[in-house]
Amino acid sequence: MPRTHTPVVAGWFTGDGDDFTLLGTRCSACTSVFFPREDGWCRNPGCAGGDLAEIPLSRRGRVWSYTDSRYRPPSPYVTDPELPWEPHTLIAVELAAERMVVLGQAAPGVTAADLTVGAEVEVVPGVLHEDGETVWTTWQWRPTGVTA
Amino acid sequence: MAADGGDGMTGEVAVLGAGMHPWGKWGRNFVDYGVAAARAALGDAGLEWRDVASIVGADTVRGGYPGYVAGATFARALGWQGARVASVYAACASGAQAVAAARAQILAGLADVVLVVGADAAPKGFFRPAGGDRPDDPDWLRFRVLGATNPTYFGLYARRRMAVHGDTVEDFAQVKVKNSALGALNPYARYRKRVSADEVAASAVVADPLRLLDICATSDGGAALVLSSLEFARRRGVAEPVRIRAVSTVTPRYPNTVLDLPDIATDSAAAAEPAAETFRASIARAAYEEAGLGPEDLSLAEVYDLSTALELQWYEDLGLCGEGEGAKLLREGATAPGGRIPVNTSGGLASFGEAVPAQAIAQVCELTWQLRGDAGDRQVEHARVGITANQGLFGHGSAVIAVR
Ligand SMILES: [Zn+2]
Repeated sequence: MPRTHTPVVAGWFTGDGDDFTLLGTRCSACTSVFFPREDGWCRNPGCAGGDLAEIPLSRRGRVWSYTDSRYRPPSPYVTDPELPWEPHTLIAVELAAERMVVLGQAAPGVTAADLTVGAEVEVVPGVLHEDGETVWTTWQWRPTGVTA
Repeated sequence: MAADGGDGMTGEVAVLGAGMHPWGKWGRNFVDYGVAAARAALGDAGLEWRDVASIVGADTVRGGYPGYVAGATFARALGWQGARVASVYAACASGAQAVAAARAQILAGLADVVLVVGADAAPKGFFRPAGGDRPDDPDWLRFRVLGATNPTYFGLYARRRMAVHGDTVEDFAQVKVKNSALGALNPYARYRKRVSADEVAASAVVADPLRLLDICATSDGGAALVLSSLEFARRRGVAEPVRIRAVSTVTPRYPNTVLDLPDIATDSAAAAEPAAETFRASIARAAYEEAGLGPEDLSLAEVYDLSTALELQWYEDLGLCGEGEGAKLLREGATAPGGRIPVNTSGGLASFGEAVPAQAIAQVCELTWQLRGDAGDRQVEHARVGITANQGLFGHGSAVIAVR
């Protein structure tokens, strides 16, 4: 039986390939953008409150900073304790239009040594982990090759 | 200095006693450490537990239900005597919240003497979120979705400093060298061995660019303070007590544009212009304003060095130097013993490891001993004014200014 592809969190991203984007929400009154999405109310204290509509976030941004996780993170991060730990890279990305920084894992194979602050990255679909029935999908950041 | 809280300033309270249980991995219940610290603080104050009108506990989330009601847990362990009770939680800022609650009761005339206690028994390895599936909890999500442990956030901040300010990993290591030398002189510290820059460089990378010896451990420990009104202190014949002059417990302002633990993203500044200063800088500014003092008045500072790089960030946020000049201040020796503004004379988290609800109280213990001239080999000469600074998960500011 084919395994289902399920987002690790529903409603945070959508699409495939070049159409893949993170999803946030935007307040109709003050245009504040939220990621992770706010669906209940606008958190801008200067806003009387508007409707929150889903919007795609910019697909490209600049590296604000980066690091990696050389040790196995604890649960609820899912890893196979039978396998040796493979460090993963984390990238914090500054999105110009949204004027915000969004954290994410780097695409497989991207290490801290491949990154510099200010370099351009793009969001791509990725796999967080798989089990018997499900491939858990997520977003990842991948360098475009455009440097600071 | 107006000790009566005149001139529109908030009133002061006296620190009559400070006490700690040594930090370590002792493997006992947090209550043991809290009670030991409380008894030490009461002994230091020359008071009996029965003299205490109110107890404020800083909660731990790792001790089961007794940890969520720490004030009552400590009161019961010390022996019920009818004192007013409160328990507060604000992650790493819990201790400052406890001090703030105690101070408010004293200044409002609700209690003359308040005992503040915080203690923790820490797990081995990384802090992890509470159990269960909680997709609405940012702290659960950052582990589930990103595997983003606390050290990875410290790694992000450190790398950012290197890129923007030119800090080096050698600078970071020198923070550990400085703090470990001070911790070696502190009987309450967990790590009492001096560490060399080579030892830092030889330790394993945990979260690039930070190594094991750049990152603070998690510890067991307990700290307590006996606070009173100035009038009570006078009646007790304490002519010149250490006085708490400001307690800053501010929250961030929207949009908060620095990626903070445990968030996956910052607020967006697309629609609202961010404040001119960061949240961390606003924590210190609020304390300075309340105290009517500035960074130039400080004799010493205790800051939350969760990582070596973060200590440098605090130098700037406290206004000890300009933005980006933290590493320069360190290299000049200004923050070392004998320097212009010694930082983390206790040895800091580098020497203690973090015992979450006790840590901000322990910072005030160090100020108290320094301002009384009781800090032994760590003593800062002519110490008159000290500040503590710290930031708790989920937007909790924490800073205390004490004077003598
Ligand atoms: Zn709005």
